[in-house]
Amino acid sequence: MRRTLAILVENRTGELARIVGLFSARGYNIESLSVAETLDPGISRVTLVTNGDDAMAEQVIKQLEKQIRVLSATDLTMTDHIEREMVLVHVNAEAEDARLEVMKLASIFDAKVIDKSEDGVTVEAVAEGHKVDALLRSLQPFGIREVARAGRLAIGRLPVSYPQIIQTTESNST
Amino acid sequence: MTAGQRNLNEENEPPSRRRMAVLVFGVENMISTAISELIPTPTEVREVQEQGQQEEIPQEISGAQILLEALLREGVDTIFGYPGGAVLHIYNELARNQRLRHILARHEQGAVHMAEGYAKATGRVGVVLVTSGPGATNAVTGIANAFMDSTPLVIITGQVPRKMLGSDAFQEIDTVGITRPCTKYNYLVQNAGELADVVREAFHIASTGRPGPVVIDIPKDVTAERAPLCYSETVNLPGYRPVRLANQQQVEQAVGKIVNARRPILYVGGGVIHANGSDELLQLAKRLHLPVTPTLMGLGCFPSGHPLSLGMLGMHGTYWANMAISESDLILAIGVRFDDRVTGALEKFAPQAQIIHVDIDPSSVSKNVRAHLPVVGDAKSVMQQMLDLIECGNPVATTRGSDKSAKKLASWWQQIEEWKEFAPLTYEKSDVEIKPQFLCEELYRLTGGDAIIATDVGQHQMWLAQYYGFNGPRQSITSGGLGTMGFGFPAALGAQLAFPDRQVVAFVGDGGFQMTAQELATAVQYRTNTKIIVMNNNYLGMVRQWQELFYDRNYSAVGMQGTPDFVRLAEAYGAVGLRATKPRELSAVLEHGLSTRGVVVMDIVVSAEENVYPMIPPGAGLKEMVLR
Repeated sequence: MRRTLAILVENRTGELARIVGLFSARGYNIESLSVAETLDPGISRVTLVTNGDDAMAEQVIKQLEKQIRVLSATDLTMTDHIEREMVLVHVNAEAEDARLEVMKLASIFDAKVIDKSEDGVTVEAVAEGHKVDALLRSLQPFGIREVARAGRLAIGRLPVSYPQIIQTTESNST
Repeated sequence: MTAGQRNLNEENEPPSRRRMAVLVFGVENMISTAISELIPTPTEVREVQEQGQQEEIPQEISGAQILLEALLREGVDTIFGYPGGAVLHIYNELARNQRLRHILARHEQGAVHMAEGYAKATGRVGVVLVTSGPGATNAVTGIANAFMDSTPLVIITGQVPRKMLGSDAFQEIDTVGITRPCTKYNYLVQNAGELADVVREAFHIASTGRPGPVVIDIPKDVTAERAPLCYSETVNLPGYRPVRLANQQQVEQAVGKIVNARRPILYVGGGVIHANGSDELLQLAKRLHLPVTPTLMGLGCFPSGHPLSLGMLGMHGTYWANMAISESDLILAIGVRFDDRVTGALEKFAPQAQIIHVDIDPSSVSKNVRAHLPVVGDAKSVMQQMLDLIECGNPVATTRGSDKSAKKLASWWQQIEEWKEFAPLTYEKSDVEIKPQFLCEELYRLTGGDAIIATDVGQHQMWLAQYYGFNGPRQSITSGGLGTMGFGFPAALGAQLAFPDRQVVAFVGDGGFQMTAQELATAVQYRTNTKIIVMNNNYLGMVRQWQELFYDRNYSAVGMQGTPDFVRLAEAYGAVGLRATKPRELSAVLEHGLSTRGVVVMDIVVSAEENVYPMIPPGAGLKEMVLR
């Protein structure tokens, strides 16, 4: 099954390679990966999507936590959490009615048209993965020129069911 | 201090340091060829020399000096290494340093194995110094070996200057990239100012928790750069918190299970040795009258001759140890990792047993075999916690004395004795050729089980494990996890350099010895007393055994034609060479060889097609042993 992992790691050269290496060495594929600083610039949060059974997830979490610079690793899959993906799409829309059509479509998906040129528009969407998929399918008939899709982001729902992450972040930012 | 804060501090480095960096860069920019980057320019040499004399400003010293000071602060007395261009500044300082002994290996792999032997024998961190590129890649086998066997090492590798990183410079390789999967941690040092703290962290990481190798990759210009020698008071590793004491409730549960078990067994490994937990293990086993079976890495953690010892378990373990673990109702596993060579087919492993797994590394628990009760903690501390519970008459432990335990476990012990009688360790004796098992027995008889013995991997390793009863911990030094041929001799040399007066033996095969035999020069140069016993069957014996048993005797590339005359090889290096080919010669050769001062190579020609038994065929369960 698909697994969404949240990892807090010290923001240093080579640490991401170390995390990614744990997956490649075991022949596990990483479906998506998203990394950015937390409130504390010394700590990064990694959201990583992979595939595997419970035993694999348990072992991967332990291996991640074993890393010297990893502060915590949590499998969010079974906990109540929110997931979002972001996408930017260049769509062909030369005629005025095509543009209007794309804008209408975008509004159905809660997406926005954020740029235009003579023959196309750029659509931005932030949604759950399957909605992003649906949006892309809907835009297909117009002709998609380029897609930039971000890795999945995930966060546990409040009240947070994985207190160690919050704690670590707080104690490190003080 | 977080990493972010550290970066800020680096920006605020003192102007003098920045000036020095600019100077070094300036000098190097004038040189066009890559090779000259690795040779100190006259200016660099002068700089380094001047640094030694500038005692009026002692706070500003070169990176090379900082490195050596930091090593001394960690209590290092011996460095195993091999020089080269990228570490010239360091060797320049090393030559003047009276407090650090440098052992010049003849190959970087040998240097790392020596450091492993040193670390295994002493329990301290072994230190290696090699150059960039081929120096680092040659060291990788040793580093991987140390990683698999949880040996604490700090390996310092030279690197091309910072501004040349990533330019495919002469002798450049991405050392941190190559060693990332086979180190506990590694560093690419960014400036001389952080060097002291990096060394401190590296030793902390290498020696605590589950020990392992740590690589410090240092660009050449960093070793010339000057910076003040200063340490942080504490190691800042918020994500690294190795547990020592286990959760008390889990320990209580564990003790409850152990005292109530009818067929309990202690399965113990290298973790007990790393934790220096042999005394606690002996107490625990005696108190509860538990049978003890060590892994290959655990040999010596429990005295082999003790009546509670069942000998090694696993692929070539004793019949009774494998039967006992298979039939047990409770396995107390301490400092082990349920390696495939121990468990055999996982689905057939100890089907009736409750498994309590004590390990300092949570990722080892339930990795191969699911633990019913995980206990994460240091082996020594956890066993002490257990003993405290038992001794203080905890209601769970029900204060069962060893007499009561013995009584309760009488039928279990009787069963074990029956297995022992049914299939004792045995081999066909011979008057014509030297049996390798006989060689191990003779070695045991002559050394009384007190020698430090290092082995490679293969038949000789298994026979020694079966027939040499190690009395204590840190005597058996072997390549368990990675299974590295060529490990034994340099490892023995490292142990000998740590303990010059102890009897240290490299017990190796003719194949493995030829992989690192060049270290004879090292052994002779440093006037060691290392003894090398080459169990010479003129075959790659274990591979030949598998080809005999599983490939219809289709021997493929296992005959060692062209093997040198080991006696003359020893003499060529200035060592003593002896040979035994007949059983009646064996004792005299061993006695003479072991008691002769200096380096002695004993070429013992043994029966060529002897097999190691018992054996669990690959894919079979522990009970499906082939006895002969």
